[in-house]
Amino acid sequence: MKVRFMFSHVKKVLSQCSTGVYRFGAALALLLAIPALSFDYMDISQPVLKSAANAVLAQKAWANEAAPAAAPAAEAKKEEKKGPAEWAPQPPPKLEEKDYPVVKGFNSRLTVWFIAQLHLFFGAFVLAVPIFVWLIEITGVVTKDKRYDDMAHEFMKVAMTGFSLAASFGGLLSIALVVFYPQFMTYMTGIFGKVMIFYALAFFAESFFLYTYYYGWDKMSDGNSKIVHIGLGLGLNLAGVFLMMVSNSWASFMMAPSGLDDSGVFQGNVWAAINGHLWNPINIHRFVANIAYGGSLTAAYAGYKFLMAKTPQEKAHYDWMGYTSFFIAIIGLLPLPFAGYWLTKEIYDYSQQMGITLMGGAFAWLFILQAVLIGAIFLSANYYLWCCLARSNGSHRYSFMIKPIAIVIVTMFLAWLTPHTLVMSSTELTQIGGAHHPLLGKLGVMAAKNTAVNFLIVLTFLSFQIYNRSNKKALGDGFWAQNGTSVQIGLYVAGLCNILALGIYSYYLPASVRIGLSVPQVTTTLIVIVASFIMDGKIFNKSEELGETKWGNMPVRSQYALFTLTIGFTWLMGLMGYVRSAIRQHWHVYTVFRDNSPGAFTPTLPYAAAVVTVIVCVFIALVLFMFWMPMLAAKKGSSGEH
Amino acid sequence: MEGNKGNSELGKILVYGLLIMLAFAGYAKFGIPLVIPEAPPVEEKITGAMTKDQFVAMGDKIFHGKGTCTLCHSPVGGRAPVLDAVGPRSSERIKDPRYKGKAKTGEEYIRESMMEPSTYVVAGFGKPGTNDTVSPMPQINKGAIGLSDVEINAVISYLQKSGGVEVTVPLPTGAAPAAPAGGAEAAAAPKPATTAEEAFNKYGCVTCHVVPGIAEGGDMGPNLTKLAKEAGSRKPGMSGQAYIIESISTPNAYVVKGFEPDMMPSDFAEKITMSEMNLIVNALLGKK
Repeated sequence: MKVRFMFSHVKKVLSQCSTGVYRFGAALALLLAIPALSFDYMDISQPVLKSAANAVLAQKAWANEAAPAAAPAAEAKKEEKKGPAEWAPQPPPKLEEKDYPVVKGFNSRLTVWFIAQLHLFFGAFVLAVPIFVWLIEITGVVTKDKRYDDMAHEFMKVAMTGFSLAASFGGLLSIALVVFYPQFMTYMTGIFGKVMIFYALAFFAESFFLYTYYYGWDKMSDGNSKIVHIGLGLGLNLAGVFLMMVSNSWASFMMAPSGLDDSGVFQGNVWAAINGHLWNPINIHRFVANIAYGGSLTAAYAGYKFLMAKTPQEKAHYDWMGYTSFFIAIIGLLPLPFAGYWLTKEIYDYSQQMGITLMGGAFAWLFILQAVLIGAIFLSANYYLWCCLARSNGSHRYSFMIKPIAIVIVTMFLAWLTPHTLVMSSTELTQIGGAHHPLLGKLGVMAAKNTAVNFLIVLTFLSFQIYNRSNKKALGDGFWAQNGTSVQIGLYVAGLCNILALGIYSYYLPASVRIGLSVPQVTTTLIVIVASFIMDGKIFNKSEELGETKWGNMPVRSQYALFTLTIGFTWLMGLMGYVRSAIRQHWHVYTVFRDNSPGAFTPTLPYAAAVVTVIVCVFIALVLFMFWMPMLAAKKGSSGEH
Repeated sequence: MEGNKGNSELGKILVYGLLIMLAFAGYAKFGIPLVIPEAPPVEEKITGAMTKDQFVAMGDKIFHGKGTCTLCHSPVGGRAPVLDAVGPRSSERIKDPRYKGKAKTGEEYIRESMMEPSTYVVAGFGKPGTNDTVSPMPQINKGAIGLSDVEINAVISYLQKSGGVEVTVPLPTGAAPAAPAGGAEAAAAPKPATTAEEAFNKYGCVTCHVVPGIAEGGDMGPNLTKLAKEAGSRKPGMSGQAYIIESISTPNAYVVKGFEPDMMPSDFAEKITMSEMNLIVNALLGKK
């Protein structure tokens, strides 16, 4: 009965669509709804479809409103012959609480929050993995080392289930938004409708490239066919990046709307709506974060497989895989704070009010929690790198550096998480003489935070560099072989002194000027990293290995450092997703379309933290399923061989 | 055996992961002070039955709440000028050679600063790189804040009052609120006057003054029937409207020649509603 009911509604909704474009969109949305409805949504199927139908009907109502109300009947007939009326832009509706559908047993806001965050977790993973898989594959072709090719293939194997999960949650999100926020979706569709069609079509492209890339891996393994295979990988990544950028434009539009007049009426230029003030900063930030996150997730997979490995060969393989994944995560992690700073700067530039709400208002304390999380990520990353020294034969030459690096990293971590304003009793306030501790309070301002984060980045790179050269010995009597390390030491000392001096100097400047000093600090960090990396190339131009790298010779705790990295990243992504969305406060579209739903309030940090924790738990359960799938296939394969 | 080992290792990893997450969530709950974000703002209910002090109090509430003014206009951070003395300072701003706006009075300057913040940017508070020609402040009547005209007036009245200058903004008009049902307080609350005549009688003006529209009146205070012509010239630089408001709120601020100070009660400002003040001012100025 319910199936028949659903199909009769599908037919009804489609027949109400005014244009082919919306008909296609509605068909796609409803198509995506059917699998979701076939599970435990049966009891709400009626409201779901009614809401979907209402949204489409509302779209049609707009189209009808565009026609002049007092048009003569003859002209109306002419219009009918010509086709449906042109869509006309409308201001966002002023909604009341009663305008938001209520589905029994569901909290609209929490449901959308859960689904959106899970979609983003899997989306980030499956957008990132093909990027580094593709690069690893090319590395394998260039170096002619088949191990790279095999590892790239294994990464793809892990990610395949992730694609299905990302798509399923994407479809569920579309339906949830239509069900719980139909007018909002109508408004957004009115602006981005055309782009949404291309977005949906890009999934076909993504699917085509994904399946040909993955299933064609063995067939297209050498010669010209390998080049075709690499081309398919490029197509997969282009489609993925396109999808990410399009969906980012909706999120950035909601934060910083563009292409509208003062009353929020869309002016007809879709590109102006897409290319808003925050679009590119969000694109860059998400792209870099996805790489770091994807790397950390595959590192966790390798860590788990390492702990499960039965033979030294397996241990060596998964150790290598874990290290490669970790390396990718660090490549993404190091520039991430800079991308974050840029995004925040652009938020301030767009709206000082929004910027201050973010950093100085209700969310200011969230960034102390963020500092703890990033600090935990940096500490676990450095700890893993120090454990990695056990693989190298010449690591004893550098082991004396670990303690000083650890001390400075922990100090900087503590500086980063020290708040400006302390929570004290009135007696303590009187004793200290204010809400700011005379010494520790100075660590609470951006001058100290910027200095701390630049130190953390430089020293994490130093840990990596130590490991990278620990198994090598420079040969020859050239300048770089003889003096390169001394030049590098000088570079590090000068760089760190400069970052510190700029940080201290900035205390003497007004707040508005002080923030500008973060630019030379970041530049110094980048110069130290890039120059030191280039120097390593020159120093070890002629070098010898001090023995074979002992892959697999890693303590168990090193793998737990990888798990910390992964959970830290995931939890942090959830937290920052909350704040990015919450700084819109009580607006669906900031300053333009007010949210008057019962969930329009801004949740407190503990509430958000609890929600994020539950979402991450659900995500981890699904990740285990994702990891289990390729193992299941492998088991079947091996049983077949026997 | 192998399966058991795998499950045991997986169990350890999951417990470890859960502990880490609980540590993060626990820190958010117990390690960080609880900040309860403000509820979504609602438009202030403005009625003609507000007294001036109530109107100023409403401006105070908007300034510290819905208007989000203190995000920047506070001593912490130095993001925008502190406004505790903007009342008296506003009259000086319009004389600044850098000032290119249209304001003629302090009140107009404050309103212009709120609605067109870049008209005059206080030195050192412009957007970086604009040489103090572009203000980072949003237009207060648009966007996320979107104050109404009356709400803006309430904020101006608060800034004027807190700055120690006369409140000159026009008073809100509108329907009086429905009388609360029942209760001693409700019964005791006087009903706001709806005509000028009612207002004159309610506050006993005719006991001492002869006022327009009422034949009978006392002579302990000046005859007010010709005030429409005289009010604008009583105090240099002060409009007739502002003069009348001041005379009602602070009677001793200007005492007409031939009359004694301290004769008129000085608590009218606390009793009179905004709509009643408007009715009286308009009647005295000969406006309908």
